[in-house]
Amino acid sequence: MKHVLFRRLAQLCPDATRLLAVLLVAGNAFAGAPPSVKMDSTADHGKFKELQKTFSSGPELTKACLTCHTEAAKQVHRTKHWTWDFLNPENQQRLGKKNVINNFCISVPSNLAFCSSCHVGYGWKDASFDFKSEENVDCLACHDTTGSYRKLPGLAGHPPYKDTEIPPGSGKIAKGVDLTKIGQKVGKSSRDTCGACHFFGGGGDGVKHGDMDSSLASPDKDLDVHMDATGLDFTCGTCHKTSSHEVPGSRYTPVGKDKGGAHIRGKEDKSNPATCQSCHGQAPHKDAGLASKLNHHTDKVACQTCHIPAIARGGVATKMTWDWSTAGQLTPEGKPIIKKNDKGQVIYDSKKGDFTLGENVTPEYAWFNGKVTYTLLGDKIDKNEGVTHINKMGGSASDGESLIWPMKVFRGSQPFDSENKTLVTPHTAGNDDTAYWKNFGWEKAIDTGMKASGTPYSGKYDFIKTDMSWPITHMVAPKEKAVGCNECHAKGGRLDKIEGIYIPGRDANSLLNLFGWLAVGGTLAGVLLHGLIRFLRRKH
Amino acid sequence: MERIYIFTRFERFWHWTQAFLVIGMMITGFEIHGTYNLLGFLLAHQVHTFAAWALIVLWVFAIFWHFITGEWRQYIPTMKGVDKVFRHYAWGIFQGEPHPFVVTRGRKHNPMQAQAYLAVKVLINPILWISGLLYLYYNELAGLGQSLDLATIALIHTIGAFMMLAFFIAHVYLITTGHTVTAHLKAMLTGWEGGEGEHNKKG
Ligand code: HEM
Repeated sequence: MKHVLFRRLAQLCPDATRLLAVLLVAGNAFAGAPPSVKMDSTADHGKFKELQKTFSSGPELTKACLTCHTEAAKQVHRTKHWTWDFLNPENQQRLGKKNVINNFCISVPSNLAFCSSCHVGYGWKDASFDFKSEENVDCLACHDTTGSYRKLPGLAGHPPYKDTEIPPGSGKIAKGVDLTKIGQKVGKSSRDTCGACHFFGGGGDGVKHGDMDSSLASPDKDLDVHMDATGLDFTCGTCHKTSSHEVPGSRYTPVGKDKGGAHIRGKEDKSNPATCQSCHGQAPHKDAGLASKLNHHTDKVACQTCHIPAIARGGVATKMTWDWSTAGQLTPEGKPIIKKNDKGQVIYDSKKGDFTLGENVTPEYAWFNGKVTYTLLGDKIDKNEGVTHINKMGGSASDGESLIWPMKVFRGSQPFDSENKTLVTPHTAGNDDTAYWKNFGWEKAIDTGMKASGTPYSGKYDFIKTDMSWPITHMVAPKEKAVGCNECHAKGGRLDKIEGIYIPGRDANSLLNLFGWLAVGGTLAGVLLHGLIRFLRRKH
Repeated sequence: MERIYIFTRFERFWHWTQAFLVIGMMITGFEIHGTYNLLGFLLAHQVHTFAAWALIVLWVFAIFWHFITGEWRQYIPTMKGVDKVFRHYAWGIFQGEPHPFVVTRGRKHNPMQAQAYLAVKVLINPILWISGLLYLYYNELAGLGQSLDLATIALIHTIGAFMMLAFFIAHVYLITTGHTVTAHLKAMLTGWEGGEGEHNKKG
């Protein structure tokens, strides 16, 4: 109560409130109230001797962390954040960032020194990386609270330790990070630490997901009711409730239909705490009147379908298509080209090809049961069989495991081995003479990349159309902004393509309509005719 | 023709409330059906559901009333005189002949009319009512393991709706076929049938 009053007051007249606060605190001190104390942790890392020195590298600092947090690195070693490797227990597919191929920057292996700027470790530049090393765990990537910690592409997971020109020859100087200061201020993960990688997936802000970009660092209520920085202020970890460094909520084995109720303290519950249902349960609508009908939807429709009316709502555009086949056009002088649209967004880059971008994008919808099947390196693909699905989303109206989910479907065209009929893993990033982004030649780039992946390459490549689906779950709008009934209960509405269920307003039986209207029309014609004859024969 | 009081206050209240609700249900129902966009699905759904409960309450009262008052006998079907009534609508009415059926307190509806109303009461209403309730509660039924296909429920409900609409059109028209164009309407408004002097020469 006191808190609320105070906050109100603070909004109305901040200065006076500050004065009042000082007086109150001082008053409290005199009144024998406990002195002020750091409340978000029981430890002030600035007071630890181990951290009060200069560190020349990340691993050196990690060693200091491990003197107290003896088990931390071993916990991290067990996670996907560290291994980039994951065996899907349902279909035995070997996934994880180092194995999968997507239709954004395509693949990791030959580009590790660049990609590993988003690895929670130091030094992963090639296959020789020691996954057993504890000191190579990067604690700061997740536990920096200063916002000054930054890992850069090309440094194999290290931050710049001194002012560094990056990329070399660009004239852009990245400031060296102050490991001592950062180390003394470590704390819980935040939207910023998670976001440093997850907001920028696919090579830039908002590129990949559509429902995750830098606008979520400090969102308002309209953008995300939970993360609302002046409201509920959730961090990523509030839902992705981490335990022993294992972060729940996976894109490889997502939960399509959570049939459980809300989690209750103390009750053993192994289900995923990151689903909507894990807090809201199965009957989340409470307002009188509409609630029961809305709750009727929850066995068929994912919460996200109504409550995330559009993605990329925070002012950051997301990429919708990416055509690699047009990459490599150069100026007559042999210089790469960048083209921008009138909003200043890059729509062509010689390194990457053509893009389209979107803001406030209406998702597509599909039945989804959480079972995802990837097209992996080595899987046969065929250009004549339409679009290759990088990931196939399982689900149907009748399997009892699916809900209708919103998806961002990212479409593109990417190189493949036209003889072996497999996807390829081109070497894109690097300062060498085969990297595509430097040399603009696919032959060498694919050859190097495939060698790094240890996969045969015929030497012949072509481009194949691919798509990739991203179930949407972030950027939950306030309930007043949820998708309205009409948008699905209509012909040509959002769920127009969803099969296997009857949707009132969309699915009238056409035969019934024909006979129904004939009967009604016949009756009307009959009485009108009858009335007409009566009228004509009336006696005055 | 004598002036008789045939529709009691309850009957008139019942009739007009029912008319109001049924018209509302047809308007909103066919919107839900996807025939047009008028109120928007949300409001159409809310009005339809509210009216459904109102109608159910009204029907419960009406059924109770019919049995208590014995008025249900009005609807016992008979073929007696049907031929005459049929002939009247098919022929006599165009000749300006008076209606062969004489309204009395004991028999308010001509035999064809009584059959039509009976059909509404024992066929159309129950179709709408039962399928409507299933429509409202099919999720609960599915929860109980009685999974019914919503498409089928909707199909039956819509058949009922078309029947109701056809009945409604015929009914509104037939109201104009009293001894004057507005006589039946007046009877249902005031309760009094016939006997209004100058209009009544032929009766
Ligand atoms: C004169 C009476 C009525 C008419 C003309 C009528 C008409 C309709 C029509 C045409 C539909 C659309 C069906 C579709 O396309 O799926 C509908 C939907 C519906 N009706 Fe009726 N109906 C009537 C009475 C009732 C009653 C008595 C109930 C309940 C006891 C009811 C409950 C429903 C329900 C639950 C829906 C589904 C739409 C929604 O969720 O709002 N109706 N009605």
